[in-house]
Amino acid sequence: MSTNFDERDSAYGFEREYERAGMPGRGPRRMQRRKICRFCIDKVDYIDFKDLKLLQSYTPERGKILPRRISGVCATHQRMLAEAIKRARNIALLPYAAD
Amino acid sequence: MAEKRTYEVVFIIDPDAEDAEVMRLTESVQKIITDQGGSITKTEMMGKRQLAYEINHRRNGIYVLLEVEGSGAEIAELERRMRVNDRILRYMTIRVDEDRRRAEKLKARRARKAEKRPTAGKKRTEESDTEAEEAESEAA
Repeated sequence: MSTNFDERDSAYGFEREYERAGMPGRGPRRMQRRKICRFCIDKVDYIDFKDLKLLQSYTPERGKILPRRISGVCATHQRMLAEAIKRARNIALLPYAAD
Repeated sequence: MAEKRTYEVVFIIDPDAEDAEVMRLTESVQKIITDQGGSITKTEMMGKRQLAYEINHRRNGIYVLLEVEGSGAEIAELERRMRVNDRILRYMTIRVDEDRRRAEKLKARRARKAEKRPTAGKKRTEESDTEAEEAESEAA
């Protein structure tokens, strides 16, 4: 398990945005930069379930699918991403649940 | 059923299997497909890798990926055989021709849009872009 996880941490770059988006009701709402879909910028048409590096960056420690309110992925690509992650789980490339 | 379909078949072989056995299994899988009238366009041995969770008390597995073209009948036969083979820990078949067609369509649409507006604004248009795409893909 250890090798998988080490790689993942470096690829996971959403933490800062997560903190900024959270903490409701504490002080005035800070202005947030509008997040834009990374896949739209890269012009991705299909997300492959074998692209482990990519999928791992959207499945944080617990192995859950990162919601798009945090990652900023557009609905079309979030759907593709979810499908790919579920396929990868089916053949044990990704965990269903990590402890 | 008449049209040709493309599938990706991934299966995981028991990690205790020798190289020769892996080869033999892969060949037998290929033979099942060709016997049923399908054709193999790609074979990729992804090698031994760690499983994300245990399957039949195994922590590792040997992954093999095939790309198959055919009617769908050979997939049915192949899955039936793989189900009873206990050296194959897991298999998954996904139909990729539809997804690929969809990707082509998205690409074509993007090209068309780029032509229509050669030097439009930045963020705002990008957003409305994706929203329009969503609506269209849902309608399709």
